Amino acid sequence: MNASSFAPLAVVLPFFGAALAFLLIRHQRSQRIVSISVLTLTLVLECILLGAVWQTGAQAVNLGGWIPPFGITMVVDQFSALMLVVSTAISLAVLIYAAGQGMTDGDEDGPISIFHPTYLILVAGVSNAFLAGDLFNLYVGFEILLTASYVLMTLGGTTPRIRAGVTYVVVSVISSVLFLTAIGMIYAATGTVNMADLAIKLGELDPGTQMMLHLMLLVAFGIKAAVFPLSFWLPDSYPTAPAPVTAVFAGLLTKVGVYAMVRTETLLFPGDRINTLLMVVAGLTMLVGILGALAQTDIKRMLSFTLVSHIGYMVFGLAVASVVGIGAAVFYVVHHITVQTSLFLVTGLIERRGGTANMDRLGGLARLSPLLAVLYFIPAINLAGIPPFSGFLGKLGLMQAGVELGTPLAYILVAASVLTSLLTLLVMARVWNRAFWRTPEDAVHPDPILLATTTDGSTVRDSGNVSGQSSGRFGGRSTVNLLPKSMVYPTVGLVALGVSLTILAGPLFSLSDDAAQDLLDRTPYIEAVLGEGSAP
Amino acid sequence: MSVNITLLLIMGALYAAGIYLVLERSLTRVVLGLAMMTNATNILLLATGGYQGLAPLFNAEIPPEDYNDPLPQAFILTSIVISFSVTAFMLGIIYRSWVLGRQDEVQDDIEDRRVASQSSYDAEDDADVPEDTTEFTPADEAEEAPGSQRGQGTGPTGEAKR
Repeated sequence: MNASSFAPLAVVLPFFGAALAFLLIRHQRSQRIVSISVLTLTLVLECILLGAVWQTGAQAVNLGGWIPPFGITMVVDQFSALMLVVSTAISLAVLIYAAGQGMTDGDEDGPISIFHPTYLILVAGVSNAFLAGDLFNLYVGFEILLTASYVLMTLGGTTPRIRAGVTYVVVSVISSVLFLTAIGMIYAATGTVNMADLAIKLGELDPGTQMMLHLMLLVAFGIKAAVFPLSFWLPDSYPTAPAPVTAVFAGLLTKVGVYAMVRTETLLFPGDRINTLLMVVAGLTMLVGILGALAQTDIKRMLSFTLVSHIGYMVFGLAVASVVGIGAAVFYVVHHITVQTSLFLVTGLIERRGGTANMDRLGGLARLSPLLAVLYFIPAINLAGIPPFSGFLGKLGLMQAGVELGTPLAYILVAASVLTSLLTLLVMARVWNRAFWRTPEDAVHPDPILLATTTDGSTVRDSGNVSGQSSGRFGGRSTVNLLPKSMVYPTVGLVALGVSLTILAGPLFSLSDDAAQDLLDRTPYIEAVLGEGSAP
Repeated sequence: MSVNITLLLIMGALYAAGIYLVLERSLTRVVLGLAMMTNATNILLLATGGYQGLAPLFNAEIPPEDYNDPLPQAFILTSIVISFSVTAFMLGIIYRSWVLGRQDEVQDDIEDRRVASQSSYDAEDDADVPEDTTEFTPADEAEEAPGSQRGQGTGPTGEAKR
């Protein structure tokens, strides 16, 4: 049996788990067991898939036995297999974190009961988008993950979430309409939506038509990937969602957009027609994003801006369009998914421990909880790109690619990426100085829990020890564990995964370079779908 | 065997009206606009199927070029289902927005402005809760609405319960 026949399971299993979790909606414990075990199983299968594809190159599965380009095809190459493994690993860590949060707070009813099924559907949508071998199936994958994300974004239905949800839903629907229109135009022009088939047929079109279709797809994906100037919606809507939801959105959703952009640029519309445009956009995304982050005081909003900013690095790698550039971009996607998700999870812990995510109100966390300080510090300097962490390696690869290209614009971009990296360090250091380093008394309106600890010198482990607790954060319950193990362990795991990317950088870079080689070559992908000798 | 001008004109009108409505401030109009835009796209997809033809029910005696292309119609069915679910969800959001804030409008991002003016502003603790100004619902009914207290409380009580 061929290993690639596992591929549809990456979509089917989470769906099955979602159905099961929905049936168990009144049984929190079994719901947790079901969703965590389903995701673990999916992750194992995807690891096998990655191992197989690493050896053999791209493989295709034809669903329902239809011969391509007529039926629905799922394609696994190194790039999509790598994205599958990373995305499911991150989703699993966030799911355990969220389950831990639900367990500690003892929520037996309420909106959390819908969380597990919706979350699994989100994972299924992400996997479907990564595996899609035709444009329409990619659209369906996007819609599955977006519809699930609408529900997760407005979980609980509080005023700020509804306000942010409206922006998010409207922007997403418009980008989807644009994508669907582009699919319609492409079908009208070529008579196919199979990506391998399109790779051959699009090249035969009139250059003007090609340009129009190319830009339509790119704008649609640019909105989803939050590339400047289409990034305005992201810092507005992400920070209001619950911490685990923001973490998984930040890690995965924009990266699905980046994935789709990479496919468009390499498979459907190869060539350097719009690389200059992409470079300008990449530079602006980096700089505007990080300048926005500098102005924020809320850590979650600040991280949302750095998320936008670092999407620019991936677009930079894509714009260079060499094996080194795209290889580094693939590596950077993996690094960024891991690090950005762990930062958001740590922020969830900071918010829990310190009562707020506003850095002006925080203080003294380094002394209160050294573990939390370490958990923040490592991904923070990893994101900023301090050696020897993976952020440094990814940025180094991108700069190498830029210098190899050698055009003036490429040198400007290299300079912009260095500047962005320094500014990221500044932003991260500001949080460190305020939330962790200074004493709580220096903060404006500090949380009672922060102050209570410094007066008697002991460490407060749960909110019950604090007298006169006025914030009412935990709905009147007297003892709530502020840093439960079930939330800390997944975060530790994710931070450790981010660190291990440095150790695994050798094999990972060779894999991402292989992936980039195959992406630029196009032949393996096309031949995997349409058979030997079909590539032009 | 001709191009259907009526459909194309309707498509153009739907796109124009849809874009106009999406730019409005009232949420109900935004939803109507989105529905029009998705339907305009559905008509566009129908047009990509080419000239009119027979329904694609296979009959060995009919030459293949007489059939209509069934694939765009399958796309449209999928797209209709998707836009239906999104519209239903948007209506749910609008109802929720009305329950919470008594308003059917795209709301300003107050945080954005406060970030500039007040450095210690915390979005969840200090957010303004809009006053109940409606004349349509008595106050006690608003109290009973599920979750309305959460919106009117000091803020983070609902936050910790997620």
